[in-house]
Amino acid sequence: MFRPSHFTALVLFALFASVIFGITMRETPRRMVRYGVYCFSLFVGSAIVLSWLMYLIAR
Amino acid sequence: MASVENKVAGVDKGFVYLPLIAGWLVPGAGHFLLRKWGRGALVSLSIVCMFGLGLAMQGKIYSGAHDVLEMLGLVGDLGNGLLFFLGRAMGLGADQVQVTTADYGTRFIVVAGLLNVISAVDAHNLRTGRKL
Repeated sequence: MFRPSHFTALVLFALFASVIFGITMRETPRRMVRYGVYCFSLFVGSAIVLSWLMYLIAR
Repeated sequence: MASVENKVAGVDKGFVYLPLIAGWLVPGAGHFLLRKWGRGALVSLSIVCMFGLGLAMQGKIYSGAHDVLEMLGLVGDLGNGLLFFLGRAMGLGADQVQVTTADYGTRFIVVAGLLNVISAVDAHNLRTGRKL
């Protein structure tokens, strides 16, 4: 059984979703890569920001 | 209107919905039919890995629709095409979600299905020339 940490699960989810978003939402390979990286950054970045916000609110 | 690239490759003959249906049944197959080898390989790898990781996390494959949420989950799972039917036939996936990672696994399986539908529609758009 595979039991990843919350962050590992998030990174894996973001990676696969970003690959598909990049391929399907843009037309040229260069733009696909850029959009994929952009989506991945937003997935991971927003999760980190929201995590810190929830941590600070809970204190 | 078919794209110039598809005309040159000679892939704009035959049933227009074939890439859509093939892409739904087998992740990446729609792109492979259109000779988009790189895109097809990445789509296939991503969807199969996501589905496999979902199962490895003891995620649940929805079988029936007892309430609205389960029905939505089933619709998402159905997007996996043959992976879903194979998983059901082989009895893969947990019957009940008991640990946190299993809940993640269930979401991985549902999202893999939804992403596969997006990819199949992308293959259809490539076939019709709506996208290059």
